[in-house]
Amino acid sequence: MRDLAGRVLAGDIRAAARAISLIERRENNVAPLLSDLYPSTGGAIRIGITGPPGAGKSTLTGCLAQRFVAAGRAVGILAVDIASPFSGGALLGDRIRMQGLANDPGVFIRSMGNEGLPGGLCRAARDAIRVLEATGKDVVLVETAGVGQTDVDVAHCVDAVVLTLVPESGDEIQLLKAGVMEIADVIALNKSERPGANGLAGALRETLHARGEVDGWETPLVCTVGTQGEGLAELYEALEAYSRHLGTGDRLAVLRNQQLRRELRERVEARLAFRLSAAPARECLDRAVARVRAGKDDPYNAAERLSGEM
Amino acid sequence: MSGRRIRVLIAKVGLDGHDRGAKVVARALRDAGMEVIYTGLHRTPGEVVNAAIQEDVDVLGISSLSGAHLTIFPKVMDLLAARGADDILVVGGGIMTPADQEALKARGLAFFWGPGTHTGDIAACLREAVK
Repeated sequence: MRDLAGRVLAGDIRAAARAISLIERRENNVAPLLSDLYPSTGGAIRIGITGPPGAGKSTLTGCLAQRFVAAGRAVGILAVDIASPFSGGALLGDRIRMQGLANDPGVFIRSMGNEGLPGGLCRAARDAIRVLEATGKDVVLVETAGVGQTDVDVAHCVDAVVLTLVPESGDEIQLLKAGVMEIADVIALNKSERPGANGLAGALRETLHARGEVDGWETPLVCTVGTQGEGLAELYEALEAYSRHLGTGDRLAVLRNQQLRRELRERVEARLAFRLSAAPARECLDRAVARVRAGKDDPYNAAERLSGEM
Repeated sequence: MSGRRIRVLIAKVGLDGHDRGAKVVARALRDAGMEVIYTGLHRTPGEVVNAAIQEDVDVLGISSLSGAHLTIFPKVMDLLAARGADDILVVGGGIMTPADQEALKARGLAFFWGPGTHTGDIAACLREAVK
């Protein structure tokens, strides 16, 4: 495992690919690998691309990657796609939309199944970002699975979020709703050659303007046609501008602190949940169930007592 | 090995526009609980090998209906070997004469499935071969 870390740090693509697999499989010995890599992570700009299914996330991700490559940056892409909640299997098709990058050895693309989880990402996403950073990537693009209003996990793992919408994404009321609209640092209205695009663009601009600046940044709207490359220069420039904004003062440090805090919380919660499913806790649980069923206790007191015993 | 999920890349290489079979197999393997990466039509051997390595797949499946298999398969297998990735299982599907199948199996092709194959057999075969 130590040797694998060395190879990842030396930029070995096979080793990085294998490391991500081990993380996905939650192999027991993956923690030392991640600890070895950790000091060499955090250096990349992390950009999330999210939006509903079929909005053009993969196409825009591919186009953005090409622009970063043209600017001399090493790019890694994590493309999360939906896995079956039934079979656990997945058909990962994001690469098909990124053909411009297929022969570029500087671009690492990894498709990941979301394990049927809500949120738009997969469990391994955060650690996979770090593996790519450890191989020396300057930019990591994280494309989510197709999301709904409630899926905002990507915002907890990246520095900047591009929300991809299409002309059919709804009217101004949808834009006022909470959730995924709140995490957008840049909005791309893709397929903007379609009927209805102007109307939604107007409503979006109005909504964004009414919201105004948050910590000195007003989310810009960029109209794009991903398959034609239209609006990509503007989208890239908007991201560069946001990146400069984040680089001013301690904004990036504050953001990364918040994310780390959340990560630690999640890791501790996962450990506690694991302990809860282990044998001694299961026995306590069995006893508590019996007591409640026998009318000697109620679920509220039982839960209180159980968390005390843990 | 906890939660070992088999990863398969399904590819169409060269000037071969028929991907119905590739899609049927991709979907069947998905339903069999595998993660399937489909790379779409008209890829080069280099692109396919690149993708297989980045995706850390256990299996690389190439669908061939154009008759170019005696060129495509050896090229892909040579590139895998050159990148130190010849532990990836190479399998094929489509149309091939029995003689060509034997020739490619001698070069390292693990399995070949022609028309009429039951998709359940493909999944079972891969599960057996990838440990």
